[in-house]
Amino acid sequence: MLAIYKKEVKSYLTSMVGYVFMAFILLILGIYFTAYNLNYATPDFGATLSSVTFIFLIITPVLTMRILAEEKKNKTDQLLFTSPVAVWKIVLGKYLGMVTIYVIPVIIAACYPLIMGKYGTVSYPMAYTAVIGFFFLGCANIAVGLFLSSVTESQVIAAVLTFGVLFCSYVMNGIESFFSQTAVSSMLAFVVIGIIIAFIVYQMTRDAILTGVVGVILVGVTVVLYFVKSSLFEGAIQKVLDLLAIANHFDNFVGGILDVTGIVYMLSVICIFVFLTIQSIQKRRWS
Amino acid sequence: MIEVRNLVKKYGNHVAVDHLNFTVEKGKIYGFLGPNGAGKSTTMNMITGYIASTEGDILIDGHNILEEPEKAKKCIGYLPELPPLYQDMTVMEYLKFVAELKSIPKAEIEKNISEVMSTTKLEEMKYRLIKNLSKGYKQRVGLAQALLGYPEIIILDEPTVGLDPKQIIEIRDLIKSLGEKHTVILSSHILSEVSAVCDHVLIIDRGRLVASDSPENLSKVMTGANSLELTVKGPEEEIRKALDMVDNIEELIYHESMVKDACDFTVKIAGDQDVRENIFFALAEAKYPILKMQSTNMTLEEVFLKLTDSGEEKEDAGDI
Repeated sequence: MLAIYKKEVKSYLTSMVGYVFMAFILLILGIYFTAYNLNYATPDFGATLSSVTFIFLIITPVLTMRILAEEKKNKTDQLLFTSPVAVWKIVLGKYLGMVTIYVIPVIIAACYPLIMGKYGTVSYPMAYTAVIGFFFLGCANIAVGLFLSSVTESQVIAAVLTFGVLFCSYVMNGIESFFSQTAVSSMLAFVVIGIIIAFIVYQMTRDAILTGVVGVILVGVTVVLYFVKSSLFEGAIQKVLDLLAIANHFDNFVGGILDVTGIVYMLSVICIFVFLTIQSIQKRRWS
Repeated sequence: MIEVRNLVKKYGNHVAVDHLNFTVEKGKIYGFLGPNGAGKSTTMNMITGYIASTEGDILIDGHNILEEPEKAKKCIGYLPELPPLYQDMTVMEYLKFVAELKSIPKAEIEKNISEVMSTTKLEEMKYRLIKNLSKGYKQRVGLAQALLGYPEIIILDEPTVGLDPKQIIEIRDLIKSLGEKHTVILSSHILSEVSAVCDHVLIIDRGRLVASDSPENLSKVMTGANSLELTVKGPEEEIRKALDMVDNIEELIYHESMVKDACDFTVKIAGDQDVRENIFFALAEAKYPILKMQSTNMTLEEVFLKLTDSGEEKEDAGDI
């Protein structure tokens, strides 16, 4: 695992990609920092960080697109997966390598509140809670990119997929507002989701009976629950969609709350996507 | 060393490897032979644990490749068809990375790398970027990577493809010298290579094992009996009379010769005897000079074609 980690960090630092990644974060953050905190003189560094979360849409694909797609394309994955190292160690080594590259600009950003402190009163706990939140947000986004890089051979497709998924997550607040808050519309949305899940099951297993059972159970439970206790469904689809909006869970950190549920949420996103990456690699070997 | 039992690999409906069974013994060089698409690379990828089999087991030194992958993979060095090289690394960096990946103890890494580099003659290219190397050198870096850590089994998928004749000879010699300490499996569709290097040949066609023997035995078995090609100067009748005196000649077939005043014969010999000396003395006594005498074992080329063609016929017959 250490060998992979070292190789990844080194390859980011000897090619353009790592520097472009770091420079871009620092550039955008620097512009906002200058505008808000220096020119406008607000002491709130969290607000600056929260207004630059859009950079992850552009910057995450840059970092993650090659991580597994390139290995597959150049057939170097043959070296990795025939070496005496378990797949999860390879994936984790790669992930931690990317996180290390991401930590560098975060550490530099962590110096900004100190600069502000020279010229006025700054609430350091608030600022650093936001920095911690910003760090976790980036890690979660990188995990998503890692997974999407493992599903394709082409770096371009990996980058576009990552951008698309992160963009959907970013505008999830807007998507939520498409749905009305009533219980009926929530119930219908869940029925549709249940049917989609059944369809995915069919795509993966080609087993009509299993698909039927899964579909009937999901739809049946939804409908029965609706008739038993319809209040459960009020605003439920919004709650579910909110889980997909990674950046929303960053808001509490900005307010200066060291939000444990937020940290747990980010860590779960990381674990789920690292796990999915391992599974997608294993699946390719078995098919 | 390696035990392959009932190995099957299916891609959808296409059967790439079809119930393959064989064992590989320690300290020998094995040649995997087959036409393109016969399932050589697929089998090798399964032995090395890169892809999983649909059915069947592979035991490496007693470890199942799917159940104890780390232990099993530790015994294997693998050079795939396309050497798995990182183009942006120097040769030295790359070999260091592989050594760490194979978790070779830190103290031994330096020594191990320099030894491997000297066997593959890579020292001069030590600090060159891999992307700037020629195809032959890239192949050698791939080979060096497989040798790192001196695994007991070395698997090479078409190691001489794309090399110039001089490099091919060098790599062959290298493989031969590897065979002294390691078990080597190499795949190829070049027959002369296999017959020159290997102790044992496995011929696969359409995912099935069609023959498994030493190259000499294979060609002997295929011809059935020993036979000789003979060109003698003199009239046919007289020569026949002279050769009647020699024991163990089963049949004498006459061909017209291209040489003036001479006759060509195919001499079929009963049993395993060497009758060349007797033929020489018999004809010398009768004063008919031998212009050419050659034993006609089937070449591996012919064996290969015969085996893979007959498979085709069988299959066609089955289809009807």
